[in-house]
Amino acid sequence: MKRLLLILSLALGLGAGAVRADVAPEVLKGLASEDFDAKQGAVAVLAEVGDADAARLLKALSDDAVAVAGDRLVIVAGEQVLDAANGKLLKPAPASPDSISLNNSLRQQVDGALAALRLLSADKAERLAAAKALLADMGDGAALLPLFDKALKQEQDGEIKPILVQLQAQASLASSDAAARLQAVQTLGQSASPAVKALLLPLIEKQGDTFAEPDEKVRLAAQTAIKAIDGRLVWSDTAGQIFTGISLGSILLLAALGLAITYGVMGVINMAHGELLMVGAYSAYAMQALFRSRFPDFVDYYVVAAVPVAFFVAAAVGMLMERTVIRHLYGRPLETLLATWGLSLVLIQAARLLFGAQNVEVANPAWMSGGVQLAENLSLPWNRLVIVAFSGFVLLVVWLLMNKTRLGMFVRAVTQNRPMAGCVGVPTARIDTLAFGIGSGIAGLGGVALSQIANVGPDMGQGYIVDSFMVVVLGGVGQLAGAVWAALGLGVVTKFLEGWAGAVIAKILVLVFIIIFIQKRPQGLFALKGRFVD
Amino acid sequence: MQNRRSFLKAAVISASIAAMGGIASSAYAADTIKVGILHSLSGTMAISETALKETALMTIEEINAKGGVLGKKLEPVVVDPASDWPKFAEKARQLLSQDKVAVTFGCWTSVSRKSVLPVYKELNGLLFYPVQYEGEELEKNVFYTGAAPNQQAIPAVEYLMSKEGGAAKRFVLLGTDYVYPRTTNKILRAFLKSKGVAEADIMEEYTPFGHSDYQTIIAKIKKFAGEGKKTAVISTINGDSNVPFYKELGNAGLKAKDVPVVAFSVGEEELRGVDAKPLVGHLAAWNYFMSVKNPDNDKFIKMYRDWAKKAKLPKADTVVTNDPMEATYVGIHMWAQAVEKAKSTDTDKVIAAMGGQTFKAPSGFTLKMDETNHHLHKPVFIGEIKADGQFNVVWKTKGPIRAQPWSPYIPGNESKQKL
Repeated sequence: MKRLLLILSLALGLGAGAVRADVAPEVLKGLASEDFDAKQGAVAVLAEVGDADAARLLKALSDDAVAVAGDRLVIVAGEQVLDAANGKLLKPAPASPDSISLNNSLRQQVDGALAALRLLSADKAERLAAAKALLADMGDGAALLPLFDKALKQEQDGEIKPILVQLQAQASLASSDAAARLQAVQTLGQSASPAVKALLLPLIEKQGDTFAEPDEKVRLAAQTAIKAIDGRLVWSDTAGQIFTGISLGSILLLAALGLAITYGVMGVINMAHGELLMVGAYSAYAMQALFRSRFPDFVDYYVVAAVPVAFFVAAAVGMLMERTVIRHLYGRPLETLLATWGLSLVLIQAARLLFGAQNVEVANPAWMSGGVQLAENLSLPWNRLVIVAFSGFVLLVVWLLMNKTRLGMFVRAVTQNRPMAGCVGVPTARIDTLAFGIGSGIAGLGGVALSQIANVGPDMGQGYIVDSFMVVVLGGVGQLAGAVWAALGLGVVTKFLEGWAGAVIAKILVLVFIIIFIQKRPQGLFALKGRFVD
Repeated sequence: MQNRRSFLKAAVISASIAAMGGIASSAYAADTIKVGILHSLSGTMAISETALKETALMTIEEINAKGGVLGKKLEPVVVDPASDWPKFAEKARQLLSQDKVAVTFGCWTSVSRKSVLPVYKELNGLLFYPVQYEGEELEKNVFYTGAAPNQQAIPAVEYLMSKEGGAAKRFVLLGTDYVYPRTTNKILRAFLKSKGVAEADIMEEYTPFGHSDYQTIIAKIKKFAGEGKKTAVISTINGDSNVPFYKELGNAGLKAKDVPVVAFSVGEEELRGVDAKPLVGHLAAWNYFMSVKNPDNDKFIKMYRDWAKKAKLPKADTVVTNDPMEATYVGIHMWAQAVEKAKSTDTDKVIAAMGGQTFKAPSGFTLKMDETNHHLHKPVFIGEIKADGQFNVVWKTKGPIRAQPWSPYIPGNESKQKL
């Protein structure tokens, strides 16, 4: 009733011939009040009035720019302070404005109202944005139905029109006319959006003995529509699940690929492998810090710079480990295991001393944030897409290196028959060092990828060492192809299990599966065949 | 004979030297009161607990600057249990029997508190626990300066169910897999059922400590939210898993307007490591926010900023204060007041003096230690995350409310309200 009066008084104000009507003081008071209902009422009035003043105020509310200064409401625009009622510049600017905060429900209401005001805008991009915003934020749309009808009549654009049709259908779901409802339900049945399904579900719900929807035809139509939407959702759901599996697989692969060389090909049980990942991740962090302080304009590309840096830093650490410790222990797996475990502790402590015991922040660059929307319920995050592509790239490089270069040939020769390789002039000791360096460098690359999705801290590597060994052992020692299949397989299986049984159980099940698998097939998925393999 | 005499002489001299040494060391000990600080400074919980160590050191220095307690200076003894639960017990024993501390301020996760409890009971020590927790516990040797479920979890869910909070009808209970989330979710499930929420409208999910791949869980939440009715997520994820969780949430485009996430273990400190822009509007429930405006809070924030500069903390210019830090600050001051009242640091005398202590806290309210249940009376705030990582208080209680460590929503608890 109060609202009606308000609108009435405003309308009268307009009718009296005022060129511009200031926003009514009651509305301003409502906005400034602590009471939720008062605020909500005030926003509703603003939405209904919809003139330039109201639009400005709504925009400012949505930007968190409205503030209380003394006893008046103001809009803070940078240095300037405007009167909220009429947008006039206030001079001198009032001291210490106390900004008004919106909560989620109010923000949704304000955004919806703003979008509704822009739906009839002359600018096409603005109309499209408004229509899209309304899909997300319409709230109770029944009141907007006349607006949609009008907008639909005017609209010529092929991209905006379908959205308007859907909006109109959503708004007329609450119509009192059964035929209108039926048509709305049928229109909505074309959609593939979970949000639309959520709108339709209440129609077929039973409340006590009566249905929420009195008309049976509408109910049946709703049921068919829901089934149709479900059918479309299944595909994108499954695609999403497979993608998460591939994404996890690509991370496992990046973590394990280095180990596939040092352990798989060279046979060194390197317990410090996880720490080489950590070295790579900290390299990314260091590059980020460097770019932030030296080249702030290119800070988004620090990841690109981090890739070679991480490779060489981790490779250097790896070669140092090999030269000083591991080479003296070739052929003594137990001692190697203990020594590398010790090395891993040394590296963790070194990271603590250099960078502090706390996790460090590594931010996604802008081009790796957000995601690409493939379907209503399927959006693939950029950072994961980039990592999948990156792991493919690393795999390609490793394959070329091992199979198409002289160095790769030497490495394979040395691991297959060391005395023979030595006899024909391969410098076996140097090849060992280089091979270990390559494996470590690849672990460093994995670390860069991990820094984009996981926490970077001194003991981050510990979480990946088990996974890495799992992948290499499952894939078959000595095989790159095995590592690829094992990583992707483990990733997809883990994700499907997670979806079905939860993260904790999934982890246990995967471990149990691997134990059983290794018992039955100790050589892993792919076994290296040859005379000199022991 | 000669030999024996010289031996005797030597023995007497050495004994007297030892005695003198003993006197000297006890005289030195009389000058200070040792205070243990038991927080993880490394590992998965370091993200949260390091700041508490700093707060404790700062508060101790503040008290020392005003002349200490009982005319003696406080001497902090800092140990690092490294997010390793059995190590907490080990370090607690070291603090009590080797360093002989009068009181310990420490622990964050409930599992660490549970692991040190037997030690404090056995050696009759005194522990101040500064973090919100699941309740279902009341120990003579512990004072709980964080919130019990009815001072945080229950009001937060009530807010989500209100029209103001979006009138949520479906709930995802998401947590790290250990005692605090499991118990809190048990209480919340019982509470939701008492409010008429159906079993099918509640989803419960757990992840291991340090979990970093939240894709499946976010996809599940999206699917669950798509089944009609307004959905809200109640997160009891602890430690550094929150960073990948919120990152994934932002990347997956799950907006607070559609599916709000209310967290019980995420505060200003945890958000420092995240880009908060995609998280705007998600909620947290605490008994204190840095953004609360009052003179005590201004003083507290300024004191901590100065401390950070002085102690050369990393990124000292951007340090923040949060709820457990406030609880640590209040706890140390209340303990000091109780020691002054008891005129002794003896555990039993201090425990007797703690009941009814009051302190004007940075939250803007005067908090009181309950006479019977070892918990503080605390106000409840609900805040929405802002783009700068601070919280915008959207709801608060009129005044401090009394803790119910034994939740009335769990059957059989009615008789357990006192020690």
